Amino acid sequence: MSTRTVLYEADIARALTRISHEILESNKGPEGLVLLGIPTRGTTLAQRIGALVGDFGGIAVPVGALDVTMYRDDLHRNPTRTPQPTDIPSVGIDGRTVVLVDDVLFSGRSIRAALDALQDIGRPVAVRLATLVDRGHRQLPIRPDFVGKNLPSAREERVNVRLREVDGVEEVTIES
Amino acid sequence: MRHLLDTRTLSREDALRILDVAEDMADTQRREVKKLPTLRGKTVVNLFFEDSTRTRISFEAAAKRLSADVINFSAKGSSVSKGESLQDTAQTLQAMGADAVVIRHGASGAPRTLATSGWISAGVVNAGDGTHEHPTQALLDAFTIRKRRFGADSRGRDLAGIRVTIVGDVLHSRVARSNVWLLTTLGAHVTLVSPPTLVPQDVSRWPVEVLYGLDEALAREPDAVMMLRIQLERMNAAYFPTEREYSRIWGLDARRASALPADTMVLHPGPMNRGLEISAEAADSARSTVLEQVANGVSVRMAALYLLLAGAGPDDRNAADEESPR
Repeated sequence: MSTRTVLYEADIARALTRISHEILESNKGPEGLVLLGIPTRGTTLAQRIGALVGDFGGIAVPVGALDVTMYRDDLHRNPTRTPQPTDIPSVGIDGRTVVLVDDVLFSGRSIRAALDALQDIGRPVAVRLATLVDRGHRQLPIRPDFVGKNLPSAREERVNVRLREVDGVEEVTIES
Repeated sequence: MRHLLDTRTLSREDALRILDVAEDMADTQRREVKKLPTLRGKTVVNLFFEDSTRTRISFEAAAKRLSADVINFSAKGSSVSKGESLQDTAQTLQAMGADAVVIRHGASGAPRTLATSGWISAGVVNAGDGTHEHPTQALLDAFTIRKRRFGADSRGRDLAGIRVTIVGDVLHSRVARSNVWLLTTLGAHVTLVSPPTLVPQDVSRWPVEVLYGLDEALAREPDAVMMLRIQLERMNAAYFPTEREYSRIWGLDARRASALPADTMVLHPGPMNRGLEISAEAADSARSTVLEQVANGVSVRMAALYLLLAGAGPDDRNAADEESPR
């Protein structure tokens, strides 16, 4: 088994800066944006991107967390998962553009669950998807709008995103 | 978690897990759409051999909010009144494909019998058995105390240092038993106040302090006071002279309630005998958590059903080897 690092701290920072600019560009400014991270690391990334978008755009952008555990389609195939808190900013999501933020995009099933969860909370005017790593192997017709790094990988390889706030280190590694 | 039968054997870790998942469930109950798709296709049977309104509808609401199908089975007017045994009833439910059985039974230990007999493969939740335990009630009480005390900061916290006084008919109360075990597991200090005739014989082995005077206990300014219902239906002997005398000595009347510190909460598992163990003034005051307990009951039962039913069952453990995609 071998592990190699594909993104270092500076690479992650650059990727998040670029994603933040791209979000502002596609939304034509920071108005009406709500960033929702998918726990655990998506929440951390959403907070970082939210701070950057706020800096570049000039106004603070609401950031929250959206737990998708209750909406997963593989619950009965795995040991019981403990849900994480969902935290919807007080402005709500009705009529806003929601940017979902996740660390790794793989099968697309988490995002499918997130879309179902969003539907129970409100009706955004648009939903976008930002991901730090897109490793391919989609099982559903879902594609990201903002990607930090496209990372071609074999299905049996494992992609690990580690962030300072959660893991104490800052890197993306691939295990094969 | 396979079954939820009692709080005596529930570990601190498992108890906190249920309470924390209940926090997430409570969050979803404030949304416009309260229903989650999580237990779609699962069947929950409410098997009630004893009368109950609030516990049954609370479990029913919890199961329905998680999209499970609910079958209500009450012993009255059923095959049980024709003499069917628990074994035959259980096997009938098994044949119908029940995934979880919520059971209330007059006999202490009936849920454990059901869970360990091999008659059914469903998860079993004890919704009150005889004078033994009522674990989900204790969990919702602990949840309510934690929520009142810590508010939005409740997740992950136990009840260390919190002093809870439980007042009334401890002898017949499964609610008191479940609370004693759970609250002490979570680090709270529990005091029981009861007429000497309504104290269980084995109480010296419980991790609690026992007092006989309510005024003495309330003078210590507990963080929470839990009033137990006087269970007239279980009283087949004279445990106290008259209801009026009980109310005067052990009832939480307006005078006693108003003398409590402002942040002391008053819990009651319901249904209340107003004017007997609790006065209307105390029951309707801001310190009363009675309605919060009802709302929290649904969240706690959703958490219990989720933890019992959502994961891989014992039959498909190997499915877990298939690492979730990352």
